[in-house]
Amino acid sequence: MCCNCRNASGTVARPPEEQQKFDELERYIGTLQVGDNPDRRRGSLIQILHRAQHLFGYLSEEVQSFVAARLNISRAEVYGVISFYSYFIDQPIGRYKINVCTGTACFVKGAPKVLDEFKRRLEIREGESTPDGKFFLGALRCVGACSLAPVVMVNEKVYGNVTAEKVADILQDCAD
Amino acid sequence: MNINLKINGQPVSVAPGSTILEAAEKLEIKIPTLCHFKMDCFHVDHRSASCRICVVEVKGRPNLAPACSTPAAEGMEVHTNTLRAINARRTILDLLLSDHPKDCLICPKNLNCQLQALAQEMGLHHLLYKGEQSTYNKDLSSQAIARDLDKCIMCRRCETACNAIQTVGVLSGVGRGFNAVVAPAGLKPLAETECVFCGQCVQACPVGALSEIDYKYPVWRALNDPAKTVVVQTAPAVRVAIGEAFGLPPGSVSTGKMVTALRMLGFDRVFDTDFAADLTIMEETTELIERIKSGRNLPILTSCCPGWVKFLEHQFPELIYMPSTAKSPQQMFGAITKTYFAQKAGIAPENLTVVSVMPCLSKKYEAAREEFSRDGIRDVDIVISTRELADMIREAGIQFDQLEEGEYDSPLGESTGAAVIFGATGGVLEAALRTAADWIAGEDLQEIDFTGVRGLDGIKEAAVNINGLELHVAVCSGLGNARKLLEKIQKGEADYQAIEIMACPGGCLNGGGQPYHHGDTTILQKRLEALYRDDKSQPVRKSHRNPSIQRLYAEFLGEPGSHFAHQLLHTAYVDRRK
Amino acid sequence: MKITSPEELAQNAAALKSRPRKPIKLLVSMGTCGIAAGTAAVLKAIHQEIAERNLENAIEVSEVGCMGLCHAEPVIMLADEATGEKLIYGDVTPEQVPAILAAGTSSIAPGTRTLERNWYYPEFETAKPGEPQARIVLRNTGRLNPENIEEYLADDGYAALAKAVTQMTPQQVIDLITASGLRGRGGGGFPTGRKWQFAADQKSEEKFIICNADEGDPGAFMDRAVLEGDPHTVLEAMAIGGYAIGAHTGVIYIRAEYPLAVRRLEIAIRQAEELGLLGRNIFDSGFDFRIEIKYGAGAFVCGEETALIHSIEGKRGEPTVKPPFPAVEGLWKKPTVVNNVETYACVGAIVRKGAEWFRSLGTAGSPGTKVFALAGKVAKVGLVEVPMGTTLRDIVFGIGGGIKNGRAFKAVQTGGPSGGCITPANLDLPIDYEALKSIGSMMGSGGMIVMDEDDCMVNIAKFFLEFTLDESCGKCTPCRIGNRRMYEMLNEITEGRASLDVIDRLKTLSATIKDTALCGLGQTSPNPVLSTLANFEDEYLAHVKDSRCPAGVCAKLIRYEISDRCVGCGLCLHRCPVNCISGERKMRHRIDQSRCIKCGVCFQTCKFHAVEKH
Repeated sequence: MCCNCRNASGTVARPPEEQQKFDELERYIGTLQVGDNPDRRRGSLIQILHRAQHLFGYLSEEVQSFVAARLNISRAEVYGVISFYSYFIDQPIGRYKINVCTGTACFVKGAPKVLDEFKRRLEIREGESTPDGKFFLGALRCVGACSLAPVVMVNEKVYGNVTAEKVADILQDCAD
Repeated sequence: MNINLKINGQPVSVAPGSTILEAAEKLEIKIPTLCHFKMDCFHVDHRSASCRICVVEVKGRPNLAPACSTPAAEGMEVHTNTLRAINARRTILDLLLSDHPKDCLICPKNLNCQLQALAQEMGLHHLLYKGEQSTYNKDLSSQAIARDLDKCIMCRRCETACNAIQTVGVLSGVGRGFNAVVAPAGLKPLAETECVFCGQCVQACPVGALSEIDYKYPVWRALNDPAKTVVVQTAPAVRVAIGEAFGLPPGSVSTGKMVTALRMLGFDRVFDTDFAADLTIMEETTELIERIKSGRNLPILTSCCPGWVKFLEHQFPELIYMPSTAKSPQQMFGAITKTYFAQKAGIAPENLTVVSVMPCLSKKYEAAREEFSRDGIRDVDIVISTRELADMIREAGIQFDQLEEGEYDSPLGESTGAAVIFGATGGVLEAALRTAADWIAGEDLQEIDFTGVRGLDGIKEAAVNINGLELHVAVCSGLGNARKLLEKIQKGEADYQAIEIMACPGGCLNGGGQPYHHGDTTILQKRLEALYRDDKSQPVRKSHRNPSIQRLYAEFLGEPGSHFAHQLLHTAYVDRRK
Repeated sequence: MKITSPEELAQNAAALKSRPRKPIKLLVSMGTCGIAAGTAAVLKAIHQEIAERNLENAIEVSEVGCMGLCHAEPVIMLADEATGEKLIYGDVTPEQVPAILAAGTSSIAPGTRTLERNWYYPEFETAKPGEPQARIVLRNTGRLNPENIEEYLADDGYAALAKAVTQMTPQQVIDLITASGLRGRGGGGFPTGRKWQFAADQKSEEKFIICNADEGDPGAFMDRAVLEGDPHTVLEAMAIGGYAIGAHTGVIYIRAEYPLAVRRLEIAIRQAEELGLLGRNIFDSGFDFRIEIKYGAGAFVCGEETALIHSIEGKRGEPTVKPPFPAVEGLWKKPTVVNNVETYACVGAIVRKGAEWFRSLGTAGSPGTKVFALAGKVAKVGLVEVPMGTTLRDIVFGIGGGIKNGRAFKAVQTGGPSGGCITPANLDLPIDYEALKSIGSMMGSGGMIVMDEDDCMVNIAKFFLEFTLDESCGKCTPCRIGNRRMYEMLNEITEGRASLDVIDRLKTLSATIKDTALCGLGQTSPNPVLSTLANFEDEYLAHVKDSRCPAGVCAKLIRYEISDRCVGCGLCLHRCPVNCISGERKMRHRIDQSRCIKCGVCFQTCKFHAVEKH
């Protein structure tokens, strides 16, 4: 037989700390009751993506492929889901995640001006991170703290009754 | 119990589960549709009810109802043309057009576009709504399929083709709201995905968002290059479809007219891929018999279809030892033309240009696969689709329907009935069985119609008895069916000696490069019948009886399966799983 | 330990009730907004003070969910267990804690703010004059410790489930819910009993009961409050629903943005399972029921039941055409009932107290109560629950204390992006499903945003449309493209570039979107535009014809100028974020209009009212 079949190269070795995260994701998937029914297996996709994003910070192509293979669905499907839900991100983002609440209560109390001020100071648009990787700027729909409107969240910390003038102070708080 | 309803005052009775649209069809009341896509013979029923162009008024319902997906109900009263329904449909069309480029004149789907047809039908001459239009980079990354998402209307028919029918899984709805679009993972260009370029998405796309990569101009350039001898090959399924592009009824066999037209376009030799199909049978059947004798690597899978081969390489790389190593007819043709024919005609291979006319878009990709060239000379230089050839004939001002019947050139134009049925699902296997039966029996058998493997069904199985040797064979078309079958094989639930697989449902006659059928499957049925009619009318109907093939072996290749034949006519497959 | 019979449950409750109690119970509001406002620091101070002053035996601290007094967070409540006397403190700081604890329930600590309780619990109490609120849904929220099932059990928790599965047939449960007139609290107000009946009538081995906790309406937070404050009520109701329709699996679909609610639900499920109140053979009745939690991931459209089901199935949350309705073909194509949190929160009380009792509250067409998240320009932002049929005036001016800063009331938006605005003309309309619909709004999930004269209604409509635009799944044409065009038209209006026919085009397009969109989100998306157009067309016309924003909000249509009242103090110059104000000290300043971003900081900071808005 003169047909020379090329074997695929083996899986690329990952750095150990990266591999650990994949192992943990693998373990997590193992704990889910995914069952045999292939349709129902995919029902845990969103849970798994939540966990993966928690572990890795964002959903890289490699993570997406891993999850797709694990649930036996296509990468396009996984990406279709990720791109549908605003919670999921497929790019690394700034260490300080600034989220301006733009729910109705915050809106009528001046959230757009606060958001504008962040944009102006950070020189980025909504949904972007600063080039130095320090800040991410986003908008959230109602964090449920309407009494403190307008509200800004920086990672887990909540700032209430924010005005454009307080933006500088909030950025000051974010010291590495 | 049938369901009785009234549409525009006319009573109609339909089976339970029928939609308003189906009930209206029964009354010959036309309701415009756009996203709806149905191909009964392949069990395809895409009704996402997303475009909303088919909305009608149903008495007692607060909102208008999409006819394509609203079940008919007892006593229902439907009105399709009330002012309310007309206004809504016009506004919907207005909206669709507000986010659609209006460059129809230079669109690849011009005159084949269902949105354009709708605009014409509804006579919308003034647009009320203007605003931002979607802008995406065109994807021209592959050799086969062009994506222009600015034109995407989110009907999602391509998604159904790619995922539900083909299970290739390259396309998905991506993003949401105004920014929603259908794209591969990570918005990657198609060339970087697992796309097999079957082109079923192109067939399904009602607008110009998906089309073929156009190679007409390179062909014109080659034809007008005095240094080049330009050889053309035409695939079996082209001849039973190209007439449709010129108003001939579906199912017309236009081989002679097509040959004349090709000659008029300036091709130096007009040859037939059917010749190479016969050659494929020689090599593949030799391999089949070897494997049966040795009992190893069974079942043998056919390897004519590049879409199917790429699918296997991505999705079932552990099975890449299974397909026959024989190249596809297109590639065998190229290899023989640039060696045997070049020698015979005394033309240096570098001065030969091989053009293929294929019903297929994946053939464009196949011709460009790196292994299909020797010393920097490609086996096949340019691949155009049936549609592109029709365009060229039109561009040249040739009145196709009035042409004389022409004959293929010799020697690579001679073929058999076994070759022409390669264009239909089951044809390759039937051709192989005709030869295998003769070879095993050692005589010229008269019973050569293996009708058990014919027809448009997705998976067909047959047991064939040849001189006491019982062969179990299967035929499947459509990659979703192929997946089912391969999974059965992997689980050890299937026991066959030979399996034919074609990527497109129905085989090449429904290829991605064929004239658009827009879901009208009666056209496919007629193409199928035409192929078998053509087979029946051939004087020789077994590949190994093709005199030119016999001469080719005698003069050049030696025996089927010889070392030289392997060098020229066989290939290997690649594990593409990432 | 497992509780295996209603008798055991009752004995257990009695035992819990009769346990010796400390003289004072101190409730600390530990919902999300309380924590955001600083309750954690107050709680820490309380524990410190108790430890220092050895009050462990005098004061029982209980961390509870939202009390609804969001405007005064951090909120704590002291209850005298002997007298029933209650004292609520608002705006509590850690520094005030020693004084508050020293005062106990006998006096009010000096330098603090106390609040009136203006609600009653119809299950246990009768209304006193001046108590406009009635709490069924919120009956335990802010009252019981959500992380301690014993508090719930002591309050006859799970007695409704026990009654349903041991004394009633599934059909009797459905009949009861139907008789109560309970309607879905999440949006359209579909009768819950009928929904259950549809699902019960389906023959299927497997059925599902889903709790829609994907509260996405911007400005509504009642579901979160209930889940954080009273998870067991929801679990119990889901089990009752499961028994009624023949489902053995419940799924709670909850926003991932509600981590505290998720945590408390997980704790509650575990506790209920440990006692056998969920799981196999509940109360030895042969009925099995388990509950799992699934997360949303940020998609408003997943509030629509078919989209929600797709999301649970791990797919893009795109709605599909109904029929088939989920009650026939839902999760995994099995009969499925989807109700929201607030709806479930009514079920247990109805089973315990009966349909008549429930009907005694609210209106004939809409029995019971409704929770509203009252926010915006209202003085007392909070979570309120009132009987259906209460007027807007009672809510905004009674419970809410009117408009902040003495501004004039302009409108209330209900139903969020699917709803409309209610103007002063309708302040006295008794609110229920039909009434709101009749004036072009809807109940929605219960967000109630109050707006004053400083709000531009065109801008508000644009805000809601922008929300719909962001949240549209993009599946159907009218919503995907139509709402984009609507938004663009509104943008033209707020920027003063619209032509006169824009109003007509808005109306036509709105009508088509309502009539043709695939799901509820799309069909209701033009409501904010239609409703503001109906009530404030003059405001639209002012933008279009005169390029003027009457409320002075739309940046492109306003400019700030400094009048001769300027004394040249330099404050505005200093504060201007883009440095577009110039002028010598003690001289009149001026604004460079080409660089001004209309942020209004100068306008707000000037002490001499020298900055004028035109």
